Amino acid sequence: MNEIWQGFLKAVELIISLDPEVMEIAGRSLRISVTSALLASTICIPLGSTIHFYNFRGKRILINLIQTFFSVPTVCIGLFVFVIFSRAGPLGELNILFTPTAMVIGQMILITPVLLGLTISALSGVDKAISDTARSLGASNLQTMLAIIREARYAMMATVIMGFGRAISEVGCALMVGGNIRGFTRIITTAISLETSKGELELSIALGIILLTLALIINTILNRIQQR
Amino acid sequence: MKKITSLLIALVMLVSSVGAMAGCDNEEASAVSPLEPQERLRVATTTSLYDTGLWGYLEPMFEEEYDVELDIIYAGTGAALEYGRRGDVDVITVHDKARELQFIADGDGIERVPFAYNYYLIVGPEADPAGIAGMSPEEAFTVLMTTGSGQFVSRGDESGTHGMEKRIWANAGYEYTAVQEAGDWYIEAGKGMGPTLLMASEKQAYTLTDVGTYLSYKGDLDLVPIVDEGDVLLNVYSAIAINPELHSDTRSEMADNLINFLTSPDIQELIGEYGVEEYGLQLFIPCAGAEPGA
Repeated sequence: MNEIWQGFLKAVELIISLDPEVMEIAGRSLRISVTSALLASTICIPLGSTIHFYNFRGKRILINLIQTFFSVPTVCIGLFVFVIFSRAGPLGELNILFTPTAMVIGQMILITPVLLGLTISALSGVDKAISDTARSLGASNLQTMLAIIREARYAMMATVIMGFGRAISEVGCALMVGGNIRGFTRIITTAISLETSKGELELSIALGIILLTLALIINTILNRIQQR
Repeated sequence: MKKITSLLIALVMLVSSVGAMAGCDNEEASAVSPLEPQERLRVATTTSLYDTGLWGYLEPMFEEEYDVELDIIYAGTGAALEYGRRGDVDVITVHDKARELQFIADGDGIERVPFAYNYYLIVGPEADPAGIAGMSPEEAFTVLMTTGSGQFVSRGDESGTHGMEKRIWANAGYEYTAVQEAGDWYIEAGKGMGPTLLMASEKQAYTLTDVGTYLSYKGDLDLVPIVDEGDVLLNVYSAIAINPELHSDTRSEMADNLINFLTSPDIQELIGEYGVEEYGLQLFIPCAGAEPGA
């Protein structure tokens, strides 16, 4: 128990002193996860909407598959991305293994099922009366769809928050494709993994608290946007 | 409301950019430099060279001397060998002679260059329930196997240390599969050296460790040296450059620079002195390219 309290004190100390190494990995964690969440959202929200609004053969199977991938272990995504971008792999020539770029790609792949699935779920939750009303007022297909998306915006924002949460908290993928290189690909979660293995338990707890603090700030911002 | 939101957004951007600036003197700036991107040399290292802080100590010296960014990737010997085989790194520093020789025989590496050594030891609870203190490693393992009177935590992860453990079992005359089935006293952790030591400490069990990680482990360990004498316990660290013929991107010139750096007289001396002040004994004994105790 004492370690948790000591960890909390250490977190406060690291934040107040603006410890350069901690600032560096915190900044990198934020940059990578915000980038992957934003990029994945811009792809997945339109894509998820398309899947929801159009009927096609195998739609139910597709949605089932998407939801199945909610449970994909982060380390498996890491393995998948590693094998593709390894020098021995198909896209090895791009030379992006062990770089932050690979980490962003990995996190984007990781949160895509969540973003798609929850977008579809958010849109499904919209009262049918909305689309009926829109049509009766003479709205085109596109206008109707946009009306429904607007109506679901609270749940959509929750989707983005969820996606960001899964991205910033994951270790397995970042560790495998980033390599946890000091000064280059080390982020908070991979640092926690390393420090724990070295016995630096208080520092690990402190880093965990810092990560939660960052998530708190991001979520507060997103919540305020959500309330509009 | 709006003001607070803007304030928070500003704070987030500040943290992101301060983070970028804090890392500026390192890799970030060079990655976006309009000039020739700075050369990066990738090294996959076994965990004991990293956990002791030796790489952290040598890294800035090498980077300064050769104006290159060193990417040290922390892996076990097994993982490091795999990265080397795939050409994802340019140099590996590992400590398993048999697998290193196989690696070179397979054509994946050029040459095995030993640059430092130290010793393994068996650590365990002060109470020594199996009564194996002071025995030879093979005798100690035999007692553990036949009496099951003490628990043993194995790395279980194909690391160099795990390889050494398997060698001791073989020397004692046991098939490793028989050891794995021997009973609940044999625990395969599947973890790195640090977490394995922690587990052994928690369970008051024995484990095999290299002296460096044991001494430099920052957590609390309730373990004492039990068996530290034995020819087999020699732990030799070697550097191997990856064969550039297999992977055209390999930076073989800089890899050679690193190997020369590690075996140069000045650095050999620093390696020998590393940790002496803090721990009272040498963590690494330099051996400049020659096989120690050969």
